[in-house]
Amino acid sequence: MKATLDPARPGSEGAEPTSRAEASSEPRAEASPASAAPSGGTPPRPTARRKSRSGGEWFGKTYTLICVAVLIVTIFSIVYFVASKGLSTFFVNGVSLKEFLFGTKWAPDGEPQSFGALPFITGSFVTSILAACISAPLAFCAAIFMTELMPKFGKRVMQPVIELLAGIPSVVYGFVGLTVIVPFFRAIFPGQGLGLAAGAVVLSIMILPTITTIATDAMSNLPRGLKEGSYALGATRWQTISRSILPAVIPSMLTGVVLGIARAFGEALAVQMVIGNAPHIPSSLFESASTLTSVITLSMGNTIMGQVQNNVLWSLALVLLVMTFVFVAIVRVLERRSLR
Amino acid sequence: MRMSNKTADRVATAVFYFFAFLIILILAGLIGFILYRGLSHISFGFLTSPPQTFKVGGGIGPQLFNSLFLLVLTMIITVPLGIGAGIYMAEYARPGRFTDFIRLVVEVLSSFPSIVVGLFGLLVFVNYFGLKFSLLAGALALTVFNLPLMVRITEQGIRGVPREQKEAGLALGLTRWKTIVKIMLPVALPTILTGTILAAGRVFGEAAALLFTAGMSSPRLDFTDWNPFSPVSPLNPLRPAETLAVHIWKINSEGIAPDAAQIAAGASAVLILTVLLFNLGSRWLGRFLYRKLTASR
Repeated sequence: MKATLDPARPGSEGAEPTSRAEASSEPRAEASPASAAPSGGTPPRPTARRKSRSGGEWFGKTYTLICVAVLIVTIFSIVYFVASKGLSTFFVNGVSLKEFLFGTKWAPDGEPQSFGALPFITGSFVTSILAACISAPLAFCAAIFMTELMPKFGKRVMQPVIELLAGIPSVVYGFVGLTVIVPFFRAIFPGQGLGLAAGAVVLSIMILPTITTIATDAMSNLPRGLKEGSYALGATRWQTISRSILPAVIPSMLTGVVLGIARAFGEALAVQMVIGNAPHIPSSLFESASTLTSVITLSMGNTIMGQVQNNVLWSLALVLLVMTFVFVAIVRVLERRSLR
Repeated sequence: MRMSNKTADRVATAVFYFFAFLIILILAGLIGFILYRGLSHISFGFLTSPPQTFKVGGGIGPQLFNSLFLLVLTMIITVPLGIGAGIYMAEYARPGRFTDFIRLVVEVLSSFPSIVVGLFGLLVFVNYFGLKFSLLAGALALTVFNLPLMVRITEQGIRGVPREQKEAGLALGLTRWKTIVKIMLPVALPTILTGTILAAGRVFGEAAALLFTAGMSSPRLDFTDWNPFSPVSPLNPLRPAETLAVHIWKINSEGIAPDAAQIAAGASAVLILTVLLFNLGSRWLGRFLYRKLTASR
């Protein structure tokens, strides 16, 4: 104990280094309450201060832990409530899971009723994957532009542009899609203009920021030597980009694409406004269709809680929920792989 | 015939430039289009008068108020919770299974589709808690939607505090909590504040989570009645409230007023302008606070 305490206070008792326990016990008790406890008489003031201190610490720990508990309770109750409602379609109302997942006829009020959700599931997948196919090359170009071609301009103009795109509300995207993209498609392609293609275009702009941000981060985190080595070998910029940078950022690009698809998959109103909302599998991209989110948005208000028409919508929500978990799992696997 | 390396390089560079400027053009076109279509329709009357169902000349007054009020309510609930959980993640969480688990929770919660959050709100806040379609139910749903973002922002802000400042606090004998509240939180404030304003912009434009929680109708409001318990008072948190974003969606999908298209354009312009304001405001505030607190230029 002396050996640890004495060097900590150099000079305080430097005049008599040989004096031991008795001589140093008095000042020590005053200076540090921690060492005062074993020696018996505890001075009142430090104890009081210690109490209030540990009180604050206790409060902080409890408070922050409660906040975390709220997060955990929230997520479990979301999963529990949506799952219990969504599963009752199959266990209470007796709709077969096979019919739900693979049936192509959606007639909740028909005679006989049929609940085939395949048109919505396909609609969601087609629009979001198509959106990612449009968005990924654009995002790659934007990221290369920001990191390789014009870093200064990229940081000053491109970055805010991307952030603003991310900030525009989805109903505004839907409104613009409805007033610009849909009439445009109507003019050049057969059909009403509403449909999967319009939904995919609107979504592709919405998910562009997600993919671009991740691609840019990945590119600016590449080791300098990678690029410089390529240039030193006499490669042109395009050769460097296509043979050194692109292979190195592919895992991160994939992460970004999956995150983008996840966002597109769950987007509701913008898609609902431009997709046409016909409950069947369309034969072309320019034909009216539906997604999981659009049918939930439209039908939830017109059905009565507890009835099968309502429960089946919760089943669609459950599909969305399960897909969210799948997307998060894929992202985790990709991230782990790119770390290695 | 094979392109020479130099030509390929030039072509590729041109392609990159083209797409980069295309993206800028898309944004400029988007914002320009909305403002061009909508600005002419914005007037004092439009911003303050109630909407009309069948007649020309409806405004967005109640919707605008609802959006702002709902934002305030949401932030009152979200900020303390988000900052608390963020502090836990940054300072108290020890590396291990439990912390990994919370991280997963935050990640999953932030990637839930907003419509699912809205449905959860409908089931739990609207039905089980008996709040009906109300501002409070909407605010709670938006809290679920916004909380993960707040947690991340706070965690990043706190982690960004220089180690020396934290250690100086601890070395002075302050407890961890005191160090966090008195030293780290003020240093992290600019980051947290700018992030919060950006999150506020996101909340302001959200609609899908509100369709089935705050409702799609707005009762007749009496803007002279400021008693929060009166059913016609704008301040009553238990009344249904259609927000601006929900209003835009509703007009576009089922609007029957003859000037629905103009109203949608005007309301979109107001929404975009507000979001831009939040965005620029957070940038400006971040730079201002950074300069003020670090004495750099």
